[in-house]
Amino acid sequence: MDRSVLEGDPHSVIEGMAIAAYAIGANQGYVYIRAEYPLAVKRLKNAINQAKEYGLLGENIFGTNFSFDLEIRLGAGAFVCGEETALLASIEGYRGEPRTKPPFPANKGLWGKPTIINNVETFANIAPIMLRGAKWFRSLGTEKSPGTKVFALAGKVNNVGLVEVPMGTTLREVIFDIGGGIRDNKKFKAVQTGGPSGGCIPAEYLDTPIDFDTLTALGSMMGSGGMIVMDENTCMPDVAKFYLEFSVEESCGKCTPCRIGNVRLLETLDKITSGRATMEDLERMKILGKTIKDSALCGLGQTSPNPILSTMYYFKDEYEAHVLDKTCPAGVCKNLITYKIDKDKCVGCTACARVCPVEAISGSIKNPHEIDQEVCIKCGACYATCRFGAIEKI
Amino acid sequence: MSVELESKFKQVEEYIDSLNLEGKDKVTKRSYLIHVLHKAQEIIGYLPIEVQKIIAKKLDVHASDVYGVVTFYNFFSMKPKGKYPINVCLGTACYVRGSGEILEEFKKQLGIKENETTGDGLFSIHAVRCVGACGLAPVVMIGDEVHGRLTTKDVKRLIKEYREKDK
Ligand code: SF4
Ligand code: FES
Repeated sequence: MDRSVLEGDPHSVIEGMAIAAYAIGANQGYVYIRAEYPLAVKRLKNAINQAKEYGLLGENIFGTNFSFDLEIRLGAGAFVCGEETALLASIEGYRGEPRTKPPFPANKGLWGKPTIINNVETFANIAPIMLRGAKWFRSLGTEKSPGTKVFALAGKVNNVGLVEVPMGTTLREVIFDIGGGIRDNKKFKAVQTGGPSGGCIPAEYLDTPIDFDTLTALGSMMGSGGMIVMDENTCMPDVAKFYLEFSVEESCGKCTPCRIGNVRLLETLDKITSGRATMEDLERMKILGKTIKDSALCGLGQTSPNPILSTMYYFKDEYEAHVLDKTCPAGVCKNLITYKIDKDKCVGCTACARVCPVEAISGSIKNPHEIDQEVCIKCGACYATCRFGAIEKI
Repeated sequence: MSVELESKFKQVEEYIDSLNLEGKDKVTKRSYLIHVLHKAQEIIGYLPIEVQKIIAKKLDVHASDVYGVVTFYNFFSMKPKGKYPINVCLGTACYVRGSGEILEEFKKQLGIKENETTGDGLFSIHAVRCVGACGLAPVVMIGDEVHGRLTTKDVKRLIKEYREKDK
């Protein structure tokens, strides 16, 4: 989302930053952008040069004694640099590791000087608010979260893309009205908000108006404004594992709860999705998750257990099915599913036997085939190939 | 060291000189480290130890500090990549639409693991984070080209396409 603002309207960010700089009396600003967004970098560079030409940046702006300059700094693929103190370290040329707060950047920031850090979307909002007044801005959105918010809608919805809605719009409106509902007429299962460490929200809460507080109350967060829609074919423990893998990889390793705790959580999830876990593991996972939340140094670690804790809370049955019955209700976890051929539907076309990479399928032409469960590696090739719907996934 | 590599190292040195940091204080020099590493990777394709040492010297930073920074950030690589690096997006939007299976298929077809390069130096496979094209999920970037809405069935075709391109 920030990428599209920087690509589409970089001047709005420059203007917002210049106004903010004027307000706090700063003379130098930095924009930290992911190196993975080359177009955004190029356009922002252009825009900065244009602004300098017009005297909107640089020495004595508009003939006043206020001077302000902007520089671009590239990120290098470290998610944790979204954390403000890590971002500052990165600009200074160090590994992007967060530090304890206080002191807050506003007191001691870049090179030890007072610094304010804001998100692209925030800066882009400043000029319109100055022009139309705070009252106008407050007339949008909710009491506690005024204004609008841009969400990046993705996943199993028909219309994916960026959506800007007033705060307080319900999840249902975003997903079903704007998003056009779930793909292939599948059933909605959950929506994950706030980026990799947000939580998953189930169908019961679709009518919740979205703002900062309601999302937090549901065990998720506004975060980056990401909104990933999941349908009935999504396995919640598997999703939690996916998000946690991300956090484990992106943990900077500075503090123990995040560096080691998340690895332990991941191991437990692995046990769950491969059918080796016990009910004690679930309990332990919950306690550990809460401990990490309370004790990690920065936002990354403090939120990384969210996907687990929220899915364990809202989709308890699914976890229990994996642990007690050793089944994966959504049919995702390989170790827990079996492919079987329905004798009545199989016409003996031999297509499945030919695609099976391990020759687990036997049977003669025009006669029902059979899968040898001992040999089957559960790759699903036969399932994808059969044109008669004769292969069942259980 | 090959002549080609050496001339690239020269380019990196020249670039650092062009920044006019001579005589500036340590803190200022250090703040150019990541910037210079980006440039060096752009020129050489990766960041071998030798170039890290050159950068360290020029920016007045300890070589181990440079190494620490290079290994911290995912974007920097100390190994040369394939001529066509295959970057499979494992961002959430792509993952829920099956990019994990596409990654597996590439590994299977090319017989290499993540971050490895094929024997002929043509392909290397990497898992990347959201490349900002979620609307096209699942997305694979090969070199600078984005391929979207893929299924595992497209994998063979893509590999063939790039093999032919190289002939
Ligand atoms: S919580 Fe994780 S990312 Fe944050 S400082 Fe600790 S180890 Fe680093
Ligand atoms: S998740 Fe793949 S492009 Fe965004």
